[in-house]
Amino acid sequence: MVTKVYIPRDSSALAVGAEKVAVAVAVEAKIRGLDVEIIRNGSRGLYWMETMVEVATEQGRVAYGPVKVKDVASLFDADFMHGKPHALSLGLTEEIEWLKKQQRLTFARVGITDPVSLEDYIAHDGYKGLKNALKLSGAEIVKTVTDSGLRGRGGAAFPTGIKWNTVLGCESEQKYIVCNADEGDSGTYSDRMIMEGDPFVLIEGMTIAGVAVGATQGYIYLRSEYPHALVTLNEAIEAANQAGYLGDNILGSGKTFNLEVRRAAGAYVCGEETSLLESLEGKRGLVRFKPPLPAIEGLFGKPTVVNNVISLATVPIILDKGAQFYADYGMGRSRGTLPIQLAGNLKHGGLVELAFGATLRELLYSYGGGSASGKPIRAVQVGGPLGAYLPESQFDTPLDYEEFAKLWAVLGHGGIVAFDDSVDMAKMARYAFEFCAVESCGKCTPCRIGSTRGMEVIDKITSGKDHAKSIQLVRDLSDTMLNGSLCALGGMTPYPVLSALNHFPEDFGVSSAGLSSEAK
Amino acid sequence: MSDLQTTHEISAAVIDALIAKHRQQPGALLPLLHAIQDAVGYVPEYCYASISKALSLSVAEVHGVVTFYHHFRTHKPGRHIMQICRAESCQAMGSEVLEAHAKSCLNVDYHQTTADGAITLEPVYCMGNCALSPTVVIDDEIYGRVSPAELDALITEAKVSEVKA
Repeated sequence: MVTKVYIPRDSSALAVGAEKVAVAVAVEAKIRGLDVEIIRNGSRGLYWMETMVEVATEQGRVAYGPVKVKDVASLFDADFMHGKPHALSLGLTEEIEWLKKQQRLTFARVGITDPVSLEDYIAHDGYKGLKNALKLSGAEIVKTVTDSGLRGRGGAAFPTGIKWNTVLGCESEQKYIVCNADEGDSGTYSDRMIMEGDPFVLIEGMTIAGVAVGATQGYIYLRSEYPHALVTLNEAIEAANQAGYLGDNILGSGKTFNLEVRRAAGAYVCGEETSLLESLEGKRGLVRFKPPLPAIEGLFGKPTVVNNVISLATVPIILDKGAQFYADYGMGRSRGTLPIQLAGNLKHGGLVELAFGATLRELLYSYGGGSASGKPIRAVQVGGPLGAYLPESQFDTPLDYEEFAKLWAVLGHGGIVAFDDSVDMAKMARYAFEFCAVESCGKCTPCRIGSTRGMEVIDKITSGKDHAKSIQLVRDLSDTMLNGSLCALGGMTPYPVLSALNHFPEDFGVSSAGLSSEAK
Repeated sequence: MSDLQTTHEISAAVIDALIAKHRQQPGALLPLLHAIQDAVGYVPEYCYASISKALSLSVAEVHGVVTFYHHFRTHKPGRHIMQICRAESCQAMGSEVLEAHAKSCLNVDYHQTTADGAITLEPVYCMGNCALSPTVVIDDEIYGRVSPAELDALITEAKVSEVKA
């Protein structure tokens, strides 16, 4: 009898040796004359347990981790092929507390299926959403997405259905669906996990978008730092084409949708939608003025839906289970679930999908297990390099777009980066300016010049030169960048800078009492 | 010298074939530049003229695009490329120590190549491996939770692979 063994092909699993483990398992099985089928799945998202090896048994899938090459022989000795105990046993995967408590909707299949097997995708409820969508009119599909309350998961949180409705209402012989897969924010990797672990869900979501608004061509703009996602996406697109789920006559409906992956080239600013469109057109990624909105004049001047990977990958379950099913999760105006990515100095980093409303503290301690270094967590940055730093006093904030906005912070793409008490927040503020200087497209002055001036002023502050004046200058400069930049890169760099200064003034040589006096 | 010329001619032929393959694609420039760099390791300046002619662009526009994107190189890199992630998550896990360590043992700064031409050191801003920071990439291989000692091992491994080859 063939035993199915699952070993992830996810790049973070590869980063800790999954490839070597897969080879070792294959070799050891051959030596022992055992019949094994190794399936290269996505990651379940318990990254501290990678390489996590699972074996299919009569009781369900049993997990072992973190497995190194040196453990493979002993796993066979312990008869892990029948789910028997071993020092690395984690028990039945489904019963692992960390996974069991999650509400996985967008990530329902990640880690479970073979990412490039269309058969497996369909066996796990895949393409049910598209089949429903093909029975509806474009306007009905858009209404379902609007009613679900889904908001752009890339960070801006704009209602997805409203964006689609604008494109639907445009008369044009050509429209486009563009997937923003330029996931450049530090601390985020949920897009990558979807593309490597369940690429069909993204393809299905884009196809539904195309059918809804009348677009026949889609592009996935994929960052060049994700070579493994490129492979899985292309394999899945090929399989979908072969089986009639993409192409000129989708499932015999007479509708056309073609899909192509385009590689980005390492420019952070190209995650901004208009810069992304310039780049797709083959130009430098300079930010465009808005209006016109991309929904009206987007790629090659045509109406274009630009959505993040997670937004598009969430559409199939909405079309499968209905708008209300999705909207029943969440709090306030933040409906549904958010795939949260735990990163930085945490013991248990990984992917946690939960309905909006969980607190930072719950995520950092009950999921994240506290800091990896064992020292107290002093600050967390939420929402990427343009997100604010939050101090311990704000850890009880629920993850909700509006609650974060009240604190002058952002949820962004749901990445949480933790720092222990060895962090120097003045250094992090300087880094925010430096990053902006490296990545600025150069079109607007506040971002292009302000970022470099910002670094210089922070240097003055840390060296104690014209201290009070420099603190005021950094505030003035931030104000200019905030209000005068063309896009979020220059416009949000003040978030990490000022939040660091306001919450951790001692790192800038300012006493808390001094903060109020210098602010006057 | 003649070797160099031959390499140059081979590259030129490869590049012409890639131009022919990509020129009809909508927004062809980025896919074409990627194809060239994948094939010859960088985007040589001598191909700007033929690209601009094929895509009806000025040489300045081609130059502008090549130099805008961090991914494209205009000079031949070392035989191996080592990237160290500088982004926040990796900083929270000690990437600055790794950076300093790499720079001192390779005796180069970022964007420079070791004297023996073996390794080019580059910064990178996030590889999406943030749950297992700090991250180092050598050529196409990604490594997580890298310590200075492991970095030494990776450097040695890269050099040993050359001797074997």
